[in-house]
Amino acid sequence: MKKVKIKSIPYGDFKDNETLEKIVEELRANGTNVVTGVLDDAINWGRSNSLWPLTFATSCCGIEYMAVGAARYDMARFGFEVTRASPRQADFIMVAGTIVHKMAPVLKRLYDQMADPKYVIAVGGCAVSGGPFKNSYHVLNGVEEILPVDVYIPGCPPRPEALLYGMMQLQRKVKVEKFFGGVNRQEQKPIEEKTEF
Amino acid sequence: MADIEKKITTFLPEAVFEAGQYPTFTVPAEKLPALARYLHDEEDLQFDNLVALVGVDWGERLGVVYYLNSVKYNHWVILKASTDDRKEPWLYSVSGVWQNAELEEREVYDYFGIRFIGHPDMRRIFLREDWVGYPLRKDYDTSRENNPIPESNEESSDTTESFVVGADGKIEKRIIPLFGKEDYVINIGPQHPATHGVLRFRTSLDGEVIRKIDVHCGYIHRGIEKLWEGLTYPQTLHMTDRLDYLSAHQNRHALCMCIEDALQLEVPLRAQYIRTMMDELMRISSHLLFFSTLCMDLGALTAFFYGFRERELILDIFEETCGARMSLNYNTIGGVMADIHPDFQRKVKAFIELMPSRLKEYNEVFSGNVIARNRMIGVGRLSREDAIRYNTTGPTGRASGWACDVRKRTPYALYDRVKFDEVVMQEGDSYARYTVRLKEIEQSLRILEQLVDNIPEGDYAVKTKPIIKVPEGRYFKQVEASRGAFGIYLESRGEKTPYRLKVVSPGFALVGVVDHLTRGAKIADLITIGGSLDYVVPDIDR
Repeated sequence: MKKVKIKSIPYGDFKDNETLEKIVEELRANGTNVVTGVLDDAINWGRSNSLWPLTFATSCCGIEYMAVGAARYDMARFGFEVTRASPRQADFIMVAGTIVHKMAPVLKRLYDQMADPKYVIAVGGCAVSGGPFKNSYHVLNGVEEILPVDVYIPGCPPRPEALLYGMMQLQRKVKVEKFFGGVNRQEQKPIEEKTEF
Repeated sequence: MADIEKKITTFLPEAVFEAGQYPTFTVPAEKLPALARYLHDEEDLQFDNLVALVGVDWGERLGVVYYLNSVKYNHWVILKASTDDRKEPWLYSVSGVWQNAELEEREVYDYFGIRFIGHPDMRRIFLREDWVGYPLRKDYDTSRENNPIPESNEESSDTTESFVVGADGKIEKRIIPLFGKEDYVINIGPQHPATHGVLRFRTSLDGEVIRKIDVHCGYIHRGIEKLWEGLTYPQTLHMTDRLDYLSAHQNRHALCMCIEDALQLEVPLRAQYIRTMMDELMRISSHLLFFSTLCMDLGALTAFFYGFRERELILDIFEETCGARMSLNYNTIGGVMADIHPDFQRKVKAFIELMPSRLKEYNEVFSGNVIARNRMIGVGRLSREDAIRYNTTGPTGRASGWACDVRKRTPYALYDRVKFDEVVMQEGDSYARYTVRLKEIEQSLRILEQLVDNIPEGDYAVKTKPIIKVPEGRYFKQVEASRGAFGIYLESRGEKTPYRLKVVSPGFALVGVVDHLTRGAKIADLITIGGSLDYVVPDIDR
């Protein structure tokens, strides 16, 4: 099997290669057409190196996320620089911070408004599991209660290096996906949007 | 002090006096508005600043504790009013006397279900209107089945309720419109880059002129105050860093000081030095972040990188000593967690050396820029009276000419030993708020300069037991956090967990003044005004 290559980190240095290999196995179980396979690789190369995040931060992790965007850590090196304020133009959502009951429908709606293929990264203890506020009456025990999560980044808040590592893991996932007949599916039924808020 | 007692008992003989940290008076609920008006207007008392309004569930009774301060005389008084009706609790509103009570009373209604007669807008503030129960009551059912995760968005009502006492003595409900049919209402937030977090403004517009803003909070309400009631005192400390994460040291300092005061614990001098220095470093890093984000909001993206560049240097210092960049967990009851890193003094000195030249650079890049000046000067002008009325402390208050620095008014830690100037400006506009913060960085550097070489040898903390029992009583402590006076209210019943622990956050008052400042302003000025107030939303919502 072909190894997924990320420029800055050797394959063996990533922690959960087994998970990635399992995903690849599942995806390629029925074999791949040579033409679409090659096209997939080309498109995924482009997609993974220009993932645009949605500006979405509720608390502390958001500040670290800003630090990742600033000069010292500079996520632009990996193709993430264009943070979008509109979900329509974003490829993935960094759930940076605690998600509470009142926010949950709003976040769900933002996710629904994003165009496929879309991804979710849960950043920090709160988004992973509820973190220190797990027992609160108004806090979700992890964002996975309402959204499917692709990458978890633990920490309170995670260091910028951890954020970059998590984002690279997402790049790896994007790289192995089937684009044609896979993530590039069309919605069967368009979601009805309510106009008033 | 005796004078205050005499005046109040003469005005209201029913008021029951009680000694404590400050003179305390228990007042019959229906007499409170008259007394509040008297305390505010009386020439020798002038309690024009409502510092804290704390709802408490005392078991049989539900009530509110008011902390009043006089700006002119700097004396304090505490008022208490309560009701024994847990089904339909009613108290009287003081929002006509102190404007910041308007939001605070909505918070009390949200937490305890106490409704205030005479309040103009009796809605929940943090939780949704369909929330079941009142979470801060002791008998609240916290199970998740009681309030499952909502699946649909909340419908925002265009009307609100207000209650008044009618001619026959009965309480009457009035429906008050928030927005009329002809109003053009747009929604800004909760996911919007310019709201600095998850705030939501329902904005009524006339062309591009703002007519009214209805602020919705609670999109990051984490219920910290309820969680605290189940945690031991050393455990409670961890939440403070996550309130206003840009004032992590100061917030934690406040809670530690409050508990230390209650225990009558003497903190070693070395720890006091370290705490003071950390507070000032935190203030600089927060103001740098303010500079970055405000400039970014006003279109100067380069300035954002400048601010973050210097902020990283402070985070390096924090990281070496505290082991983290943001959730620092450094102050502890009786001192600090660990001694300073051997490199600490060298790095702080290098930073003190570097920063003035960088400030000059900021001023060249942004402060003198004609676009920046046009967008900030004269925008969102707040008068001194309004600053006090809304209790907008911190740099916002000082930009309006209100010398409200807690470090000067009631010095704590080492602030009575170091020399620094309180930066006060008179203009009260966005540019003044911006300038005050940049000048405060200079003052913080000055404080650091005086301390960095003189850190005395000794212990960095006194040993405390793992289980701490705070003696019964009511304690209140304030520090000057990065964006204003940060207060901690602690009520203890002598147990190992607090009975009621409340945060009096500066951000809550700042968000209360947004509507007042933006009326008649252009919609683009909302960004400037919001950015210059510099609120942090988890600090508002808690």
